Amino acid sequence: MSKPKVAFYWCASCGGCEEAVVDLNEKILDVAAAVDIVLWPVALDFKRKDVEAMPDGSIAAAFINGAIRNTEQEEMAHLLRRKAQLVIAFGACSQLGGIPGLANLSDRAGIFRTVYQETASTVNPDGVIPLTACQDNGRTVTLPGFYNTVRTLEQVIAVDYSVPGCPPTPELLADAVQALLSGNLPPKGTVLAPDHALCEDCRRKDSRPEKLTVKEWKRPHQVLADPEKCFLAQGLLCMGPATRSGCGSRCEHGNMPCTGCFGPTSRVRDFGGKALSGFASIVDSNEEDEIARILEFIPDPVGTLYRYSLPASPLRRKKMEVTTHA
Amino acid sequence: MPEVTERRRITIDPITRLEGHGKIDIFLNDAGQVERAYFQVPELRGFEKFAEGRPVEDMPQITSRICGVCPMAHHMAATKAADAVYHVTPTSAGRKVRELVYNAFMAEDHALHFYFLGGPDFVVGPNAPAAERNVLGVIAKVGVEVGQKVISMRRRLREIMSTLGGKAIHPVLGLPGGVSRRVTAEEQKTFQQVASDAVEFARFTLDLFEKVVLKNSDYVNLILSDAFTHKTYYMGLVDANNHVNFYDGQLRVVSPDGQQYAKFKPEQYLDYLAEHVEPWSYIKFAYLKPIGWKGFTDGPDSGVYCVAPLARLNAAAGMATPLANAAYQQMYSTLGVKPVHHTLANHWARVIEILYAAERLKQLADDPELTDPNVRTLPTAVPSEGVGVVEAPRGTLIHHFWTDERGLVRKANLIVATQNNAARIAMSVEKAAKGLISGSNIDEGVLNMVEMAFRAYDPCHGCATHSLPGSMPLIVTVRRQDGAALRMLRRDSDGSLHR
Repeated sequence: MSKPKVAFYWCASCGGCEEAVVDLNEKILDVAAAVDIVLWPVALDFKRKDVEAMPDGSIAAAFINGAIRNTEQEEMAHLLRRKAQLVIAFGACSQLGGIPGLANLSDRAGIFRTVYQETASTVNPDGVIPLTACQDNGRTVTLPGFYNTVRTLEQVIAVDYSVPGCPPTPELLADAVQALLSGNLPPKGTVLAPDHALCEDCRRKDSRPEKLTVKEWKRPHQVLADPEKCFLAQGLLCMGPATRSGCGSRCEHGNMPCTGCFGPTSRVRDFGGKALSGFASIVDSNEEDEIARILEFIPDPVGTLYRYSLPASPLRRKKMEVTTHA
Repeated sequence: MPEVTERRRITIDPITRLEGHGKIDIFLNDAGQVERAYFQVPELRGFEKFAEGRPVEDMPQITSRICGVCPMAHHMAATKAADAVYHVTPTSAGRKVRELVYNAFMAEDHALHFYFLGGPDFVVGPNAPAAERNVLGVIAKVGVEVGQKVISMRRRLREIMSTLGGKAIHPVLGLPGGVSRRVTAEEQKTFQQVASDAVEFARFTLDLFEKVVLKNSDYVNLILSDAFTHKTYYMGLVDANNHVNFYDGQLRVVSPDGQQYAKFKPEQYLDYLAEHVEPWSYIKFAYLKPIGWKGFTDGPDSGVYCVAPLARLNAAAGMATPLANAAYQQMYSTLGVKPVHHTLANHWARVIEILYAAERLKQLADDPELTDPNVRTLPTAVPSEGVGVVEAPRGTLIHHFWTDERGLVRKANLIVATQNNAARIAMSVEKAAKGLISGSNIDEGVLNMVEMAFRAYDPCHGCATHSLPGSMPLIVTVRRQDGAALRMLRRDSDGSLHR
């Protein structure tokens, strides 16, 4: 019997998800022995032509990381959807939009203006911007088109499973591959990670007071965090109560609070809203002015609460004054 | 297409990723000679824009997502910029912890590049069957125990990063004024052992490079060949003695004839560096501002400059640690010139830098102050503006933030390593193409040469490198301007050629 075919692909991402695959260390050899990797541009080959030539549905599973930022990424997502029986959104960018999804606070024109004209070291008196097709001495040179809005993979194609995290842990990847190989798969749509909040697994949870209250929020650079005590009890914003577990509390080991890269549990629709209501509920005041003052210490609510999930959130993007297509 | 129907075009698309996907378009004139080659980066994410409005202390974690292969470099550049924004100086121990973790990162990243990506071309051979020209070929040549040594060294160096930074990919230790956690005595002991082993590993690697590459005249001739030579300016961070430093110092630029052209504090970079925009690529092309953008050309009258290992060594007077400095002196006395303009000598420079990173790691791991719990100064001043510069594995990395009085970013400017090199990479690709392509006479030599022109600079394809073996897949299509394909040549990852 031939080995199941697996594809790895990347869209708008940083390469950290690929590194997470490599961090399987010796286990990568087990994976390579058990499956036939037919596409992995970072490591093996980018045979888009070969993938196109494969019969539809002939790839057992395609792991796609990265958000959808340009036309080429969208084309590849559709191609892999056609060719693969299962599509797995791998990592925060693919699942939720990730940090590149914060670009939805602007649009193509705004990003181009900043990057190609306004940035301090850019010298561009003629206002040149990259073009999908440009003429240079009679030569036509092309680039993929850049969308106004970053989308999650699921907003572009049907997705069967997700693996959360920025990046996901090698352990979660190994478990996902094992589940695929054994055929012992959960219902479609499942996020392949524990379905409870990180707080429940936190080493510091016993230091969290029964009735947690906060008089003042602090930013991480303003305080020397106690390495043993619950971050919330120290007045530091920690996304742990709202965030799905499965990361191994890596940031906590670095003595920094959770920033929410694993996204919400299955019971939460608005991740940032859920986190905010949690933070608001522990504010120790009944005075409207005082509450407002305390909450002002969250200076960047969108970037804090939706740092990895703006495109997947009910907010999705900032409303721009002039709306253009896509 | 009105005017030209006979003009032909060669598209190499896609090659493996350069922080995204890379693409090359080569246009031929009527005589079949290369008229112009475009090295393109077809991707953009726009970090400078969405940094706006975020707290500057979050920049180390947000900007690390620019690159998952060198997240520590972005993390550290942003952390240093945040120091400057808050007008705070890290404590002595905090600074040492940062520099220690940074050198662990540099050693790991460089070693992986040498063994997994760049090394196969030399250790196995540029003309070896492509199927062997990979890390497995390296292991076959040097022995399985060496392969195990490489994998284990990578893991242990990454454990230093995850111990201190929570995660090796997207670490969390950097905060304005220092780091988020102290080093325990037990951890220090582990670090000392890893550092000692890393020094031995680096010496072994240098020895291997000398035996396999320098004793082979074919390789030496290849390194010295004109196809891989460009006479440009070079830039890198140096310490007070003009020795290479990855974490801190001043930026020094030397001219193509080796004279110091400029030496400046990182916060003065806007006086010296600028970026040019082309409509056919999403990447901007950095150049020396006082000289100006003169197009894709080398020499002292062109503002094109180069960064990364060879450029760092060219821009410095030596290395700050004894073994690395001896290796540095040996490289220049062997090649007999300084600066060295041969792009492939980057591989040699990289190995010398592994040795420096390991020796520096050892010095810091042995420092009694490393376990001092005083790892952070709390900022008290009103935040404003700051620049942070480090040497990333692939060259100088600059982060610059302007904030409001609450420390929220108003404006950001980022010059990443590959942008510094973008013009010279484009020139190298064009030179390789011009030297090799004539009419429709395209064979595997073209693919190999183009590939090596990339690889010498472009370890960031090595996002790839920390990974399974395989040669870079290439598809070369010769088209007429109207798009009709005249000829297609494809090389698969197993090295097989299809016409």
